[in-house]
Amino acid sequence: MIDVTRLTAHEMAARLRSGEVSSRDLAVAHLDLAERQDRGLHAWLSIDRDRALAHADAADRRLAEARGEGTGGLGALHPLHGIPVALKDLVSVEGGQCTAGSRILEGYRPPYDAHVTERLRDVGAVILGKTNMDEFAMGSSTEHSAFGPTANPWALDRVPGGSSGGSASAVAAYHAPLSIGTDTGGSIRQPAALTGVVGLKPTYGRVSRYGIVAFASSLDQIGPFARDARDAAALLHAVAGRDERDSTSSPEPVPDALLDLPVEDDAAAATLRGKRLGLPREYFVAGMEPGVEARVREAVAALQAAGAIIEDVSLPHTEYGLATYYIVAPAEASANLARYDGIRYGPRRGEGRDVLADYLATRGGGFGPEVKRRIMLGTYALSAGYYDAYYLKAQKVRTLIKGDFDALWAQGFDALVAPTSPTVAFRFGARLEDPVAMYLSDACTLPVNMAGLPGISIPAGLSDGLPVGLQFIGAPWSEPVLFELARGYEAITADAEWRSLEPADLAALDDPATPSPAERMAAMAVVDR
Amino acid sequence: MATLSRADVEHVAYLARLGLTDEELERLEGQLNHILDQYAILATVPTDHIAPTAQTIELENILRDDVTRPSLPVGAVLANAPEHDGASIIVPAILGGD
Repeated sequence: MIDVTRLTAHEMAARLRSGEVSSRDLAVAHLDLAERQDRGLHAWLSIDRDRALAHADAADRRLAEARGEGTGGLGALHPLHGIPVALKDLVSVEGGQCTAGSRILEGYRPPYDAHVTERLRDVGAVILGKTNMDEFAMGSSTEHSAFGPTANPWALDRVPGGSSGGSASAVAAYHAPLSIGTDTGGSIRQPAALTGVVGLKPTYGRVSRYGIVAFASSLDQIGPFARDARDAAALLHAVAGRDERDSTSSPEPVPDALLDLPVEDDAAAATLRGKRLGLPREYFVAGMEPGVEARVREAVAALQAAGAIIEDVSLPHTEYGLATYYIVAPAEASANLARYDGIRYGPRRGEGRDVLADYLATRGGGFGPEVKRRIMLGTYALSAGYYDAYYLKAQKVRTLIKGDFDALWAQGFDALVAPTSPTVAFRFGARLEDPVAMYLSDACTLPVNMAGLPGISIPAGLSDGLPVGLQFIGAPWSEPVLFELARGYEAITADAEWRSLEPADLAALDDPATPSPAERMAAMAVVDR
Repeated sequence: MATLSRADVEHVAYLARLGLTDEELERLEGQLNHILDQYAILATVPTDHIAPTAQTIELENILRDDVTRPSLPVGAVLANAPEHDGASIIVPAILGGD
C-alpha cells in the first residue's frame, strides 16, 4: 500500500472519495509518524490522538452518507473533508492547550474554539494537534519557544525559521499535509521558505482572528502552509471570510477560484502568459546569500520564459521597513500582552498579598527574553515624551511604505516577485546573541505586513542543499492571482530535479540516537538570555 | 535619538510591570540601545505632511444592535483562574496592606 503521508491533500481527498482510504487511515498514519519522529524534530507541542480519531471517524461517517446521496453528495463535501491539519499553538481549541510557546499560558485551557477551528470542523477537517512556535510569535527561528526549539528536516542542526516553525516543519516532514500559522512580519512565509513548503500570508482582514493569541493587531494575519499551491488555496478557502467577532475581518467575498486552480501543468503554465510582474530592486538586499539570489533570478527567468512580463521596479522606502516594523509591532505587543497578569488565567507567581508585586513576579517569571525585549521596546516607544518620535513617526513612515506598493498597483502590475528570505536556514544559535541580526531575517517580508498585503512563499530550489523561497506579493484581495502564479511556477518547474528530493534529514528522524533540537542547542552552548 | 540609561530601563520595566533581575536589566540596557540606534534612520525621512497609518483596510464603524447575547458559561471561564470561589475570581488586595 502507498504511504499516504506523501500525498497532497487533494490526492488524499480523491482517495477518500473513491473509498481507497478512510479519514481514520489518514489520521492514524500521520499521528504514528508524528509520534515516532517528533523527538528529533519537535514540531509539535501537543498531539491529540483521541480527539483526532473521533473527528476522523465522524468524517468517515459523513463520507459514507454522502456516497449514499448519489453524485451530488460527494461533490458537496469540501476538499478538506477528512484531511488532517495541524494548528500553531496560538489557535484556540476548546479544552485543549494553547501556550503560544510561553510559560505564562502553561495550563491554560481555552473555553471556546477560534474562528478558524470552527471553520475547519465545519468542513470536516481533522485537527491532529498543536505546533511549536516562537513565544507569542516573536522570532524568526522558533528558538524563542519556551518549550525548546524545532529543527529543520532539511538539516537537523538548523532552524526551520519562525515564528510558525513547528507548522512549517510538520508539513515539510510529512507529519501533516496542511497546517495553520500566523504572520505578523513574515512568520508564515519565512519558515515556509526555509523548510521548502508553500506558505501564504493573506490580505489583512481576510481571515478572522477570533480565538487567536494576539501579537500585533494591525499586522497579524492567519494563513495556510501546504506542500503545493492547490492545497494551500483550499485551506485558505476553508478558513477565510467575514466573522462579526473580529471587527477587522472583511466582508470581501471569498473567491471560489481558490478551489479551481488548474490541475494540468499545461493549463497552469498558460496562466503565466502576459502576467505583469514587478521585480523590486530593494529586495535584493545587502547580506543576501549568493545562492539565494541565484535561485530567485533563475525563477524570474523561468517565469519570463513562460510568458510573464518582468519589469524592474522600485519600492523606495523599503530600507525603513525594519525600523518601522520594530517600533509598531512591539508597541502593539506591549499593549496586547498587558493582559497576562496571572489573575484570570495562567500561572500566578507571587505571594498573593500585593497586586503589584504579583504582577511583577508573574510577568517577570512568565515571559521569555525575546518577549521581555519587545515589551520593553514597545512600552518605551509609547511612553510619555517618546510617542511622537517613535510610534507616530513609524506610523507615518508606514504610510510611505504602503504608498510605494499602491503606486505599483496603480500602474497595473499583477504582482511583485522577490526573495522571501535573504538567507537559507541558519544554524541553531547563529542569531540568538544579536537581536538585530535575527530581525534582518524578515527584511523582505515585513513591508508586506506593514502595507496589509497578501504574500506567498513557494519553493524555488536549493542552495547548498537547503531550500530557497520565492515570494509573490499582491494587491489587496488578490490571493487568487498569487495562487495562480504559484501554481504556474510549479507547472513550469514540475520536472526540475529538486522537486523530487525529500528533506535530507528525514531518515535521521527515525533513528532513536538522533538528539532532540534542545539537546543540539545545549551542545552548542547557546544561551538565550 | 535618546539613549537609555540604567534608570530609564528600570522605569520602563516598572511601566510594563516586568520584574527583572539585575542581570536582565544590564543586558537589556545594551540590547535596547543597540536596537534604538537602528531606529535613528527614521529621523531622516521627511514626514511633516504625511498622515499616520494605523490600519490598512478601509473598514470603519462596524455597528450591531445593542442586544444581550449568550456569553461563555461562568464555570468555564473560572476554570482557568488561579484562584476563584465558584462565582468570582479572587484577586490580590489592591488597597491597603495585610
